[in-house]
Amino acid sequence: MYFTSFEQFINMDGHGFYVWLSYACFALLVLTNIWVAQRRQRRLRKQIKSRLGRSAKV
Amino acid sequence: MSWFDNWHLPKWFYQMASPKWFYDFGARLQPWFAGLALILISWGLVWSLLYAPADYQQGNSFRIIYVHVPAAILGQSLFLFMAVAGAIGLIWKMKVAFMVARSATLVGASFTALALITGAVWGKPTWGTYWVWDARLTSTLILLFLYTGVMALNQAIPDRSVAGRATAILAIIGSINIPIIKYSVDWWNTLHQPSTFTLTSKPSMPPEMYIPLLLMVVGCYCFCAWLIIQRTRNEILDQERQSSWVARYLED
Repeated sequence: MYFTSFEQFINMDGHGFYVWLSYACFALLVLTNIWVAQRRQRRLRKQIKSRLGRSAKV
Repeated sequence: MSWFDNWHLPKWFYQMASPKWFYDFGARLQPWFAGLALILISWGLVWSLLYAPADYQQGNSFRIIYVHVPAAILGQSLFLFMAVAGAIGLIWKMKVAFMVARSATLVGASFTALALITGAVWGKPTWGTYWVWDARLTSTLILLFLYTGVMALNQAIPDRSVAGRATAILAIIGSINIPIIKYSVDWWNTLHQPSTFTLTSKPSMPPEMYIPLLLMVVGCYCFCAWLIIQRTRNEILDQERQSSWVARYLED
């Protein structure tokens, strides 16, 4: 372990803001990309299913 | 030419051309890439934030390298990947290849944007400025504009196969920018430090610094593989919604 205390880990000798901001952007990018892809899949499945249901009734 | 007529690529290459085959095969690959990405990225994050030593000159701001370098590598590789997929689509007239290229565009653009953002955040404590108009930074900004151009062109053309061909050509021409980004640190005077990884020489960092970086890079590649497969499978559902196999798959 490089840091000796939790405060030191958060503060990172004054560079905490820059380091944590960068890692937050990385997490945001990964999670948003997953969310967008999953949401599109859910919507497409719903759309196609409801269209199939309609054509079955006709 | 007889030698050309008898020349065949492996079977899977032709199978890839079938949307249904890609949809099934992709579903089988996805859990592997997802698992690997999860393990490698979480391992890399813990190591880079908690265990990697600080740089003797840059201090703890050095830790930004573990998100900046993977983002930059992915942003550039995905542009080449998009160009290659587009070229395959052009040569073999495969619509699945165009779908793969289309799926990679936003992913590559978002990683390029992340490289620019983390680079700016890293520049402030290291160089004293968020941005300089130097060769590396400017050519990376151009890469982001090229991605935007490809996305705009793809959305402007309603016909999928025309859009696929047009964006493939733009991506292939735009690839000229990739070697410019790569060698910009050697060709011009720059604030940017030289490449961390080279294939030909030993890393300039000790192992406890570069192994977590390697984990992050490979982990991000796996994540992008998972994501591009997922996005391509969505694209296949969208464009193949009329075919009987899609109906059969969604019925149960």
